[in-house]
Amino acid sequence: MKRQVPLFITFFVGTLLILSVFIPPMENLGENFTLFFDIIAVFAFFLGGGNLLRVHFKKLSKKKRDWQYSIVTICGFFFMLAAGLFKIGNPGDIASSVTAEGSLFQTIYTNMFVPLGSTMYALLGFFVASASYRAFRAKNREATILLIAAFIILLGRTPFGTMLTVWIPDSMSIAQIPNLAIWIMNSFNLAGQRAILIGIGLGVVSMSLRLILGVERTYLGDDSA
Amino acid sequence: MKKASWVIMALVTVVFVVSWIAKSSSYNGETDNYIAQGFLVTFAAFLTLSIMSFLYKDNPFYKFAEHLFVGISAAFWMCMGFWSTIVGNLIPRLSSSLSEWFKVPYIESDYNIAFYVPVVLGILLLMRLSSKRGWLSRWPLAFIVGTTAGLNFIRYLRSDFIKQISATLVPLVVDWQGVGHFFSTFSLSASGQFVAIVTNWVVFLGVFCGLIYFFFSKEHTGAFGRASRVGIWVLMITFGASFGYTVMGRISLLVGRITFLFKDWLEIIG
Repeated sequence: MKRQVPLFITFFVGTLLILSVFIPPMENLGENFTLFFDIIAVFAFFLGGGNLLRVHFKKLSKKKRDWQYSIVTICGFFFMLAAGLFKIGNPGDIASSVTAEGSLFQTIYTNMFVPLGSTMYALLGFFVASASYRAFRAKNREATILLIAAFIILLGRTPFGTMLTVWIPDSMSIAQIPNLAIWIMNSFNLAGQRAILIGIGLGVVSMSLRLILGVERTYLGDDSA
Repeated sequence: MKKASWVIMALVTVVFVVSWIAKSSSYNGETDNYIAQGFLVTFAAFLTLSIMSFLYKDNPFYKFAEHLFVGISAAFWMCMGFWSTIVGNLIPRLSSSLSEWFKVPYIESDYNIAFYVPVVLGILLLMRLSSKRGWLSRWPLAFIVGTTAGLNFIRYLRSDFIKQISATLVPLVVDWQGVGHFFSTFSLSASGQFVAIVTNWVVFLGVFCGLIYFFFSKEHTGAFGRASRVGIWVLMITFGASFGYTVMGRISLLVGRITFLFKDWLEIIG
């Protein structure tokens, strides 16, 4: 029950979805299963929320290190959850969108979620810059090529790059930095991405087969669970 | 807490209150709830600066913002999933009374008893929280894995394999009208014939050499090794270009936050 049933479910569902591509009456099976997948994913969000609460309540009750911040997480969680589930402050009735303008959910999203999320990602810019300073020193041929390509792309997306090479005549416009950046994206970058994508495609196909045939079982975890 | 920490905390509180009052008074007359508006802009600025303070070192303000973000984002995705998928896609297919309650259109022809399956599997997934019945959560997990494997098998074979190979097999001589025409109209224009021909050669040879680099069943020596070396260079240019794009994306986000601080909060720039 613990291992055989899950293995059978994976085999049955995977095989059915592959067969549905070749059998026209089963065509909409893929669409329905994608919806099933989305519905289970929502339950996974609930599981994630439940687990988050469990972890932070445990931290709070045992007064572990930095337990005070767990209060912030729990309060933020319930505040957002109440605003979203009960549609507090929504201008319309229950039928109106949860993200309607003026609702508490939208207000929290705009004034907390967006500033926090975008600043977190913006912060990565600093770390990328600091890491690249250390990694991008032209130590060998490969590192130099990477450095030059990155520099041209960065320069090509700025007004300064346009300004630098604006004097180059149209008959040699490929040498203008913005055009050169576009050309690199459409030639070398495309070729590299394609080689990687073909590799990924083959990898995903072989991994899918391993999962469907039950060769790959690590997702089941160990039997002690 | 050290005395210095209390001083910093008090200073931040004073700055926050002053900013709140100043922002509220600047919104006075523009909007009815100017006090709440002033608080929201000040709080957003506080959160932005709290996250940025991590550049100095890990500190209580960063930890506060980080923990708040974790709590809010978990609830955000739960609410979005509930309203868009459960209420939007599941209930109209299962129950007319619930559809009426949530005021979503119930279409009788869409009724499908099979949609009880993901509900049961979803409930089984929640068993993960139980220590005794945790193993039951493997069933929905197996369904997710099976669906992903089945769908991706065909999808990736089509989009990442067959389509990519077919897009690589392009004419290596573009718009050819003879040698005379080629040399008489020769230019290095970005939209010219010569650049188009070079682009197709680069794409074809680049993909070929890139794939050779990823082929590990043969030793990379001789002509094979040289092709593999070219493959590395192509991949290096790709990584450089991707890096450039990523940095630009991050910088534009940073510009957005700096604009918020200087325009919406401090009102220094117009």
